Amino acid sequence: MAEKQEVQQGTLALMVLKTLEAIGPLHGYGIARRIEQVSGEILSVNYGTLYPALLKLEQEGDIASEWGFSENNRKAKFYRLTRAGRHRLAKETHEWGRTTAILQKFLGATEPSV
Amino acid sequence: MRKLRAWLIRFVEVFRNQQREAELSGELESHLQLHIDDNLRAGMSPAEARRRALIKLGGLEQTKDSYRGAAGLPFLEALIQDARFAVRSLRKTPGFTAVAVLTLALGIGANVAVFSVVNTLLLRPLPFPDSERLVWFTGNHGQGGLSPTTYNVGSYEEYARHAQSFEEVTCYQTFWGSSEYNMTGHGEPRHVQAVMVANNFFRTLGVPPALGRTFLPGEHQKGAAPVALLTDWFWRQEFGGDPQVVGQSVRLDNRAVTIVGVLPASFDFAAVFSPGLRVHFFTPAVMDEIRTWGNTVAMVGRLRPGISLEQAQTETNLLSPQFRAAHPEPDWFMEYSADLSYLKDHVTGKLHRSLFVLWAAVALILLIVCVNLSNLMLARLASRTKEFAMRGALGASRGRLVRQLLTESLVLSAAGAALGIGLAFGITSYLARQSSIALPLLNTIRVDSAALAWTLFVTVLVGILFGIAPGVILSRSNMQSNLKDSGRGLSEGRSHDRVRSVLVVSEVALACVLLIGSGLLFRSFLRVLDVDLGFQPSNLSVVDVIYDGGAKGEKRGPVLQEILSEVQSIPGVESAGIADMLPLDRDRGWGLANPSREYRRDADTGAIVRIVSPGYLRTMGIRLIEGRDISWQDTLANERVVVINETAARRHFPGESPIGRAATGFDNKPGTVIGVVADVRIHSLETSPEPEIYLPLNYGPEGAQLVVRSTLPPATLTSSIMPVLRRITPDQPNAAFRSVQTLVDRSVSPRRFFVLLVSSFAGLGLVLAALGIFGVISYSVTRQTQEFGIRMALGATPGLVRRNVLGRTLKLAGIGMGMGAVASVVTSRVIASLLFQTEPGDPMTFVTVMFLLVCVALTAGYFPALRATRIQPSTALRCE
Repeated sequence: MAEKQEVQQGTLALMVLKTLEAIGPLHGYGIARRIEQVSGEILSVNYGTLYPALLKLEQEGDIASEWGFSENNRKAKFYRLTRAGRHRLAKETHEWGRTTAILQKFLGATEPSV
Repeated sequence: MRKLRAWLIRFVEVFRNQQREAELSGELESHLQLHIDDNLRAGMSPAEARRRALIKLGGLEQTKDSYRGAAGLPFLEALIQDARFAVRSLRKTPGFTAVAVLTLALGIGANVAVFSVVNTLLLRPLPFPDSERLVWFTGNHGQGGLSPTTYNVGSYEEYARHAQSFEEVTCYQTFWGSSEYNMTGHGEPRHVQAVMVANNFFRTLGVPPALGRTFLPGEHQKGAAPVALLTDWFWRQEFGGDPQVVGQSVRLDNRAVTIVGVLPASFDFAAVFSPGLRVHFFTPAVMDEIRTWGNTVAMVGRLRPGISLEQAQTETNLLSPQFRAAHPEPDWFMEYSADLSYLKDHVTGKLHRSLFVLWAAVALILLIVCVNLSNLMLARLASRTKEFAMRGALGASRGRLVRQLLTESLVLSAAGAALGIGLAFGITSYLARQSSIALPLLNTIRVDSAALAWTLFVTVLVGILFGIAPGVILSRSNMQSNLKDSGRGLSEGRSHDRVRSVLVVSEVALACVLLIGSGLLFRSFLRVLDVDLGFQPSNLSVVDVIYDGGAKGEKRGPVLQEILSEVQSIPGVESAGIADMLPLDRDRGWGLANPSREYRRDADTGAIVRIVSPGYLRTMGIRLIEGRDISWQDTLANERVVVINETAARRHFPGESPIGRAATGFDNKPGTVIGVVADVRIHSLETSPEPEIYLPLNYGPEGAQLVVRSTLPPATLTSSIMPVLRRITPDQPNAAFRSVQTLVDRSVSPRRFFVLLVSSFAGLGLVLAALGIFGVISYSVTRQTQEFGIRMALGATPGLVRRNVLGRTLKLAGIGMGMGAVASVVTSRVIASLLFQTEPGDPMTFVTVMFLLVCVALTAGYFPALRATRIQPSTALRCE
């Protein structure tokens, strides 16, 4: 069985933003579950990494939070994307796209050509 | 932008710690619950669901901890935590805290107060726009009194017209006596002081009127309708701050004068130009009227931008001989040279050294306070070694512990500063109200933002200074062994003791320097008070007599004679006399020469003149050396007579008796010297007497000061004499008698002010040094309880023990005194120019201070010594 992977530093923020964009306001547990599911259960998100990341995003104004109730009626803190967050998501998605494209080319080019 | 926002939020978060903590707990709890719910839904048993969820999520406390670090500012939080802890631990030792805070408050308060004084007098610019371009003109190279160093109208006009270095040159009339008026037409008649100023006076200084306008050029012409400007304080006091006052008129000496404006509150003429003068009005100087008065105007110029003082000086040096050559007329008395200085330096320059000394004194006080607190903190540290060792064992790093100590000292110094600022506010507002101290700008002293910044600086500096020694010792000590120690403070050992001894020695040395300095100043002050004034100010009272009998002297003599004879018949009045101006108050310079002597062209034939009635000299207690006093028969119709002082006799009639000899220089006809009187102090107690002449009353319509010698207090004299005056001269305002002693007091007030401040700092230093000695000796006695117990058990007598303790006290004090004395030899040279008839190395002062310090040290050491002799060997050996 493959070891579950911890989320890489820096990418978690982007995943959180993307999750909130895709699903709308969501609590911390929901975000964690969603990221794990989307990754096909390869990633594992524990709250030691998740909550500091959420805090940082909130301090920087990308997400906002308020208390609400979950579908099974539990009190939880819901996070939602702000306008600044949406902007950042778009920008970083674009940058990631470029970075991965470049890396792809680079890694492809190192293969011995015939 | 993002980062800034994040930092701001984190900063705010620091202050809502508990709320955040609760929120995080709630959030994590709900996370866990949601997870458990999911697990249950997946079919697990409740226990299993919870277990799995907890495993998945990882350590709860670690999460909280890292969250905390990211949410607030850990550094700031630690600081607040330290500060809270410091406050808590300081509250546990209220005695120590009270002594420390009080000491700090005195030290910091004194510093802030003196800083405010220094700031107002030296650092802050004068209260005029671009005041650094204002320049003062000093005539006659500063030689002589007010008359020779001022200018006549002609020379003022020449400078104003020709000096190109200046945007403007302006002047005011400095002989206040000629612009004192009796104000009527607005309530009770009252005596008011006006200052006559040139047309461009307010423009040059950059003072716009608060209401109305300043003077128009035409108003300085002879025959113009009289106008006046009100000062702010008088406007508020007399006219209730009524803006309608502009255009109203009052009567000054029975002339209707129109008020054309009110000056702003920020303009305080007296504070800058004549400390203590109460100015009610400004009036236009009518140049053609005062042209013939001789030297009466003081000049101020505003430099053109970019022109230096040196350039202006070069120009005036060239101009003054040209002016002289162009004016052969007899009233062009002198060269009318101009020594230029910045107005600020003219106003406060003489105080530089005094203020510097004052500042140095408070700095010394602050050092002593630091040393003292270092000592206290060390003692406190000694009794807390266990606490620190324990905290170290529980994981606090050494740096954290040192930081804790520093925080404690900063908390203490902040508390001291808070109290000290209050003290400084008290001192400065007290000083600002002291109109009897003849210091410029004193009434504008206040604790301003600069002083608050200074306080902050001093507070932090002090906190670090006295926190450092304990910090260093703590960081060097071996904490594990401290923890193991069972005995009280045994571990701190000799090095700790040595540090404390060094501190006490330096404290004594600093106090010694302060005491010797203030001792020298105090001795100078006593010498000044001892100066023979030449007159007897006790039991003398004075009041202004307002009599304007139509300018000429003929009618004036008889009226004043009537006043004097009536006053002298009032019971309780020993004698009475009249003079135009009193010594130490005001003076005018005329001239005196011996016509049968040859004088060099540049010889000083100036003489201070006083126009006096018969009996004035006797009333003042001025000794008649030779000849006779002026009598009522000495009028201008008869022979012209003059009484001269000893200095004048020595200078102009050397080696002969001047009585009966002819004298010139004060009248267009020669007069006869009829008497020689003792010198009186003219400008101040510290300047040596100058030639002085006394002339009969008919020489001048100037002010008249009625001097009365009586054992009755001034208030009683006012009520018995004023009705007589008002009957004879109906315009006499209801003035009160003042004691002549106040003139003397006022003259010595700046010196008294400095001596008082420096001595109180020295006294404070002495007390602190005594406390320091007491603390160290007392502590060492405690540490040696066992030793003394053993020694006494082995037969040492109480006397021997006491000698031992006192001997150590004296050794510490002695080393400190030695160092202090050596340092004082240097510092007393620095203050040498502030001393009066006192040598910087005055043995009397040195010996007295040493004796005082030995006494204080012995007293401070006596109580611990006494305690040492009372140690019971049995208890001492049993304890610990």
